[in-house]
Amino acid sequence: MTSRAGLHFKTYCMLLIMIVFAPLGNVMLGKGMKNVGAVVTWAPSELPHVVSRVFMSGYIWLGVASLLTFFVAYMLILSWADFSYVQPASSVALLVVALLGYFYLGERISPLHWAGIVVICLGVFVVGNTPPRTTEVH
Amino acid sequence: MREALLLFFVVVSGTGGEICVTRAMKHVGEVKDFRPLAVARVILRAMKLPWMWIGISMMALAFFSLLAVLSIENVSFVVPVTALNYAAGALGGKLFLGERVTPRRWAGVLIVCIGVTLVWLGKR
Repeated sequence: MTSRAGLHFKTYCMLLIMIVFAPLGNVMLGKGMKNVGAVVTWAPSELPHVVSRVFMSGYIWLGVASLLTFFVAYMLILSWADFSYVQPASSVALLVVALLGYFYLGERISPLHWAGIVVICLGVFVVGNTPPRTTEVH
Repeated sequence: MREALLLFFVVVSGTGGEICVTRAMKHVGEVKDFRPLAVARVILRAMKLPWMWIGISMMALAFFSLLAVLSIENVSFVVPVTALNYAAGALGGKLFLGERVTPRRWAGVLIVCIGVTLVWLGKR
């Protein structure tokens, strides 16, 4: 039987991996897609051209690798913790994404936008202090 | 309008996919051995479950929608808006996985939704 302290320790380790690699992945995808250019057409004849441009981008592959790392950590944590606990707790990543977008990608973020992100993190803090498992182990 | 539609796919399809993956992983059971071979075995066992493939398909749709919306909007706008996943996740966890979502969690989800609204309004 897993102790409560052990359960919390491995939960926090997995959350840390998720919080680092999910924002990194999203920022790399954002940079890659900006290099590819706006996807403005959904015509079937154009799609192969768009897809090939997307997958020729190194940033897209870096983003995919980061998100895969995140996904493995996510799968592992979901084997013991509630979905409705893990998902909000990992949203600290949103603040990291905004910081990376601002400092690394040079995106302009209005004060209202920052306020929204802080409010989201506040919501996450409220959700994060709830027990990681509410259902029985099978 | 186009970005709203793409974000809808990112949120709904992404959350639906994660719920299916959760269902599969709960079936696999709690992971206690973190050695690479053991983790690989867990992943292979999960890959044999239909719920995992349904989940991965839905998450793939969400991923390509995310790529499309990232081509027209900033990552610092897109990713915070996808925090709507938390509302969809709490609802989906309760309805499809039988998880008990406490009033405190609902309050947090509500605050997250207010934050997403501010981010949307502050876009321009």
